Amino acid sequence: MIALNAIEWLPTFELQLSPILAIAVPLIGAFLIAAAGRWPNLRESVTIITAVALLWVVGNLNNFLEATPSKAEALVDVVPGMSLAFHLEPLGMIYAMIASSLWILNSIYSIGYMRGNKEKHQTRFYVCFALSIASVMGIAFSANMFTLFVFYEALSLVTFPLVTHKGTPEALKAGRTYLGILMGTSVCLMLPAMVATYVYTGTLDFTQGGVFAQPLADGALSPALFGLIFAMYMYGVGKAALMPSHRWLPAAMVAPTPVSALLHAVAVVKAGVFSICKISIYIIGVDQLRLYDQGGWLLYVAGGTIVIASFIALFQDNLKRRLAYSTISQLSYITLGAALLWPISMRAAAIHIAAHAFGKITLFFAAGSIYTAAHKTNISELDGIGRKMPWTMAAFTIGTLSMIGLPPTGGFISKWYLMQGAWTAESGFAIAVLLTSTLLNAAYFLPIVYRAFFRKPPEHDGHEGDHHHDHHDHHDHGEAPLPIVIALTCTAAATVGLFFYPDLFTGYASMLAEAMPK
Amino acid sequence: MDIELPESIRAHLPVLVVLLPLFGGLLAMFTGLVQRGGGVIAWAWSVLITGLMLVCSAAMLQLVHASPEPLVYRLGSWPEAYGIGYSVDALNAYVILVVSIIAFLTTVYAKDSVMAEVANDRHHLFYSVWLLAIAGLIGITVTGDTFNIYVLLEISSLTVYTLVALGGDRDRRALVAALKYLILGSIGATFILLGIGYLLMLTGTLNMGDMHDQLVRMREAGTLANNRTVFVSFAFLMVGLSLKMALFPLHLWLPNAYTYAPSAVSALVAATATKVGVYMTFRFVFTIYGGVYDTSADLQLLALCACLGIVVSSVAAVRQMNVKKVLAYSSVGQIAYIVLGFSLANHTGVTASVIHIFNHAIIKGGMFMAVGAVALRTGGTKIEDFKGIGRQMPVTMAAFTVGGCGLIGVPLTSGFISKWYLVQAAMEEGYWGVAAVVLLGGVLAIVYVWRLIEIIWFGTPDDPNKRVKEAPLSMLVPMWILIGASVYFGIDATWTADSARAAASLLLNGGHG
Repeated sequence: MIALNAIEWLPTFELQLSPILAIAVPLIGAFLIAAAGRWPNLRESVTIITAVALLWVVGNLNNFLEATPSKAEALVDVVPGMSLAFHLEPLGMIYAMIASSLWILNSIYSIGYMRGNKEKHQTRFYVCFALSIASVMGIAFSANMFTLFVFYEALSLVTFPLVTHKGTPEALKAGRTYLGILMGTSVCLMLPAMVATYVYTGTLDFTQGGVFAQPLADGALSPALFGLIFAMYMYGVGKAALMPSHRWLPAAMVAPTPVSALLHAVAVVKAGVFSICKISIYIIGVDQLRLYDQGGWLLYVAGGTIVIASFIALFQDNLKRRLAYSTISQLSYITLGAALLWPISMRAAAIHIAAHAFGKITLFFAAGSIYTAAHKTNISELDGIGRKMPWTMAAFTIGTLSMIGLPPTGGFISKWYLMQGAWTAESGFAIAVLLTSTLLNAAYFLPIVYRAFFRKPPEHDGHEGDHHHDHHDHHDHGEAPLPIVIALTCTAAATVGLFFYPDLFTGYASMLAEAMPK
Repeated sequence: MDIELPESIRAHLPVLVVLLPLFGGLLAMFTGLVQRGGGVIAWAWSVLITGLMLVCSAAMLQLVHASPEPLVYRLGSWPEAYGIGYSVDALNAYVILVVSIIAFLTTVYAKDSVMAEVANDRHHLFYSVWLLAIAGLIGITVTGDTFNIYVLLEISSLTVYTLVALGGDRDRRALVAALKYLILGSIGATFILLGIGYLLMLTGTLNMGDMHDQLVRMREAGTLANNRTVFVSFAFLMVGLSLKMALFPLHLWLPNAYTYAPSAVSALVAATATKVGVYMTFRFVFTIYGGVYDTSADLQLLALCACLGIVVSSVAAVRQMNVKKVLAYSSVGQIAYIVLGFSLANHTGVTASVIHIFNHAIIKGGMFMAVGAVALRTGGTKIEDFKGIGRQMPVTMAAFTVGGCGLIGVPLTSGFISKWYLVQAAMEEGYWGVAAVVLLGGVLAIVYVWRLIEIIWFGTPDDPNKRVKEAPLSMLVPMWILIGASVYFGIDATWTADSARAAASLLLNGGHG
């Protein structure tokens, strides 16, 4: 029958909080931001209020969290066997917590950055940002592979206008690389992997222990094909930036820095590694991988990515590009944790999702702060900048320590667990990779700190200013605008706070690990 | 949305859906007497006719779903063996509804577009031919008689050639395109006629159901094995039908015909004509030959052509400099998806085909409408005419963009549902290569759609002072109904999936009309 009753599937909100609300809040926020586009102060207030409301929702959802996934709430059945449905589980909670709490700080930062740099199309920027966060929530709470896929693709699409924000040919070219790799991998690899999952198991639901045990046990699916499906999933998640599908991430650095900071250091790339962990745990099943001896290659690819990306980072003079390659390498820490296939290493991966987020956003905030105040983008220009921008560079230093994995920062905690995981799995390779990369991280980050604090600022001899004569003299710059300084101080404090109070995220991670089959 | 019709009308629905546009078309000519060239009156008349037809076909689908047996209508009450029998089941009721929806919406849309693109003194002729074309397309779908199929095929083909040629008022290349279409289309029709002739020779009947029964009887009697006539008739039919469907490599008539036809014609023809070709193929392959003749080798050949078609036409689409041509080549690729689906001959595959008939019709119909709106405002459909047009015609171009996402198969658009079933069908058969081709087609679609989207939203117009207005409401509403439907049926595909599954079960169980 032609039943065009659109009302039937519209969600009905009950008083009990549902993950759907976490998606609805930024979505509604996006509409309000668009409506308030003409009044910048109102528009930014809407952004901040939405962000706070979202954190409240996610914080309250926390109370309903259990170690095993909650019952899925279906929003709409697309076709039988395929529905948009959401649930709560620890891994998603980590991701949602990080994204929603950092969104507040990032919004404050954006106000300073976008106004300080007199960027155009600011309404579009804030709308797309809110939509991105809505997609992130969709990914975090997705109860099946289809839902994850939908929001994963949505995230690629709504971040595209942010990447190409400048509208220059260069930005468009970068946007093409960005979308081409992200959508290409997901359409060519993740989608068929999903279809294959459905054909062999009849379900796409995230299930504790994975869904492949049955077809593998009764021989309907050969271990080799199972391994292939696993590989298709891993490379289908282009957002995890496993080499060689990493090139979109440096390309995305053409975006305004708040985008690089929250989306390309936190939300988008974490969507990638989150999907990798989630698929490994709830679709593939890590014990199935161990049982049928599949997926061992992932450890080596992740390890290789860590080391190679760190090497490339060594030679980048552009600060954001160096940070981007550092991100690629840090993401593979998480993938490495998942690939070790032990609950303890999975726990390390989950913690590193949080630790890296706080550290890396601080670094990007600092890079944007330098750009706004001094209009400098290259590391070689940063001599002595720490004297003029002490807050920025102090925060930067803390971020650096977290990347290297030194106390007193969150990065130390996750590296500690990763090491534990590597020892438990008795993987000499993983241990070697972790040690090498720690040295490399120090080698490409510490010189920046050294330059900023211990080198003399360059002489003012006029011709230096030629590069940017459209801006008035930036040599006498001081700190960046106040919102920027507030935001980066907060994230730096959080990075340190994570060292002293890691309980929130380690708590989630332990729940996750305990629920996993040993 | 239950439609209550009096019993006296309900009994005649199968013939009404054809007679309405047939006589409506003949009468449309007389609007020229009221006003020179027919003008708005001819348009209003056509809207009325197609609107009534839409109501009838919606009611007919309800009737079909409510009754376990197909509706059979004997013209002039002659028994089916002698006269013409119309028969409507879950498959063709669905296709008829698709055609009616598109026919109604494109007719509403046509007003301003035709006003701008067709010479003023022949609008009554235009709408007359327009309605006759629709009558032919609906007729092919409703009839259960193979010779009647041929007759109605000729009606629809001749009228569509004419409609394409009417684009000559704007661009003379339309005439050459129409001639090319005429020659190739006639060859196709001739092949189909020969195929039907051999079948008649063999079975002594023209009724599809009877043909099938006779073939079954012959097989049981053992006279079918190694029967050259069956073999030859099938071959003729397949080639003829492939031409009509524009299956690669027999698609050469399509790109130019779609490109140079008036905008409204492109929308109508792209959304319906090839779909009806696919419907005919379903009937011949599954209803007549199904279960009696081993079609697997031929279907494999079709699958091969379809795979090549997907890749070649998508690559061609990437290189076109005219937006209508991009869409036309994309159509060749999308038809190939439909053919690929049923050539896998499993339930999921046929379901994918039937679903994609609907999904592609609404997506491509909506997109051609959007391009037509740009043609109306800027006077052209070249890439240059689209530079930065997104800022000047945001509503139209938003529709185009959403439609493009549907072509790519972005989730939550109907295109994704089709793609999902198609890949699933390939994997169920273990054809991972076929699945890869489908996905490659999706990637190529990203390339050719994204290229347009970039030009539309990020391009700068060659003449920055040129201002164009948003399209008129009579174009925007039908366009957004189609595009909106493509999103709606991407989010809740229950209706399309159920209808398609019912149709697939019917076809694969040798059910016939």
